[in-house]
Amino acid sequence: MVVGVLALQGSFNEHIAALRRLGVKGVEVRKPEQLQYVSSLIIPGGESTTMAKLAEFHNLFPALRDFVKMRKPVWGTCAGLIFLADKVVGQKSGGQELIGGLDCTVHRNFFGSQLQSFEADLPVPNLASKEGGPETCRGVFIRAPAVLEAGPDVEVLAVYPVPPDNHLLQL
Amino acid sequence: MAGTGVVAVYGNGSALTEAKKSTFSVKVGLAQMLRGGVIMDVVTPEQARIAEEAGACAVMALERVPADIRAQGGVARMSDPQLIKEIKQSVTIPVMAKARIGHFVEAQILEALGIDYVDESEVLTLADEENHINKHNFRIPFVCGCRNLGEALRRIREGAAMIRTKGEAGTGNIIEAVRHVRSVMGDIRVLRNMDDDEVFTFAKKIAAPYDLVMQTKQLGRLPVVQFAAGGVATPADAALMMQLGCDGVFVGSGVFKSGDPVKRARAIVQAVTHYSDPQVLADVSCGLGEAMVGLNLTDDKVERFASRSE
Repeated sequence: MVVGVLALQGSFNEHIAALRRLGVKGVEVRKPEQLQYVSSLIIPGGESTTMAKLAEFHNLFPALRDFVKMRKPVWGTCAGLIFLADKVVGQKSGGQELIGGLDCTVHRNFFGSQLQSFEADLPVPNLASKEGGPETCRGVFIRAPAVLEAGPDVEVLAVYPVPPDNHLLQL
Repeated sequence: MAGTGVVAVYGNGSALTEAKKSTFSVKVGLAQMLRGGVIMDVVTPEQARIAEEAGACAVMALERVPADIRAQGGVARMSDPQLIKEIKQSVTIPVMAKARIGHFVEAQILEALGIDYVDESEVLTLADEENHINKHNFRIPFVCGCRNLGEALRRIREGAAMIRTKGEAGTGNIIEAVRHVRSVMGDIRVLRNMDDDEVFTFAKKIAAPYDLVMQTKQLGRLPVVQFAAGGVATPADAALMMQLGCDGVFVGSGVFKSGDPVKRARAIVQAVTHYSDPQVLADVSCGLGEAMVGLNLTDDKVERFASRSE
């Protein structure tokens, strides 16, 4: 089983290292042809506008959309989440290309810029009961996006409560 | 380069603890997300939008690019906050800005503007000849320049969450950036093979904190993300720095001082992603127009920004 990691920009090295710790082979993917050799894909964190531009230059979007349509497993971290969302709020002027496939609305940079970045312990009771492991997962939110709403078939694994006076909730 | 290439989260070793400070892992986290990307100098909101469209992963907002600072001389200070605000409003990608070395109030002002990173930069005139800013006192993360491993680790001990080579900014000449990255990588290679008992003396020799030297030895790389900077003018330059082991590239005067900034910016972004694919590098290097005019460093009259601080 070979897991592809989209290596256009961002923390792809960190994801490959995490796979290695699990004893799984991770392979960097930069061109459409490389997708045929992997059984699943990770889209790492980074700058989503940068990744979208690079994907455009190399005509990766059609291949990525096919990959998702074929129902192969895809994991999106942060910028990866933005790529996989069906709807994105807070795009750069002129818009940015997405892959889509996850029935949700995502807001880019929901919490603000770097000074609003933070760490939090997220309770993950469902994961803990199904797979064992600790009751909480340490989340590091760097200029993080937020899922504003998710469709009925989306399984929510963890939530981070946002104070009701958050100005973006007024949108 | 061997090793996982992972940037480990550095422990909270700071002796100063204030509730308002962000954890070091949050500071380092943004640099991790910038890896494999290009950060471009911009002096107007229009240039910032061009950079974002070309695929820059962040912009450095300033009034004058290093080539102009060099040409015009005088004292170079932090830019007008109004300009920085306008640039921040014009893009959705992270925004950085420069503060003078040791000028902690310029850094306080930049933090108050809510930008994402401060570059404590030798390109600006020094404000303090002896001391750098105590970056632990800030919630905003800092990037600092270095010429060698000792300098890099001293800056990290002061609280820098990201490191770049100093190179020789504004010259369009890659020679110094190459010198600096080879020095850092070379010392790391020596360190990796060194007997643990010899590390004490090595730390003394490079004037760096022992604990950070040991951490570097164990990781096989710097404990923070390291970008190339200072003299990158072409896609080949950018790919060279990536192949030498850098995690990403800053391009200052190189983009907007060239003949066709839009094309060149895009080409450099692609070069950093496909840095080990000569076919792509050849393709993107074609028809780029004029590169920025450069300065030859054998000329004594060229001021060396990199040696202003240690």
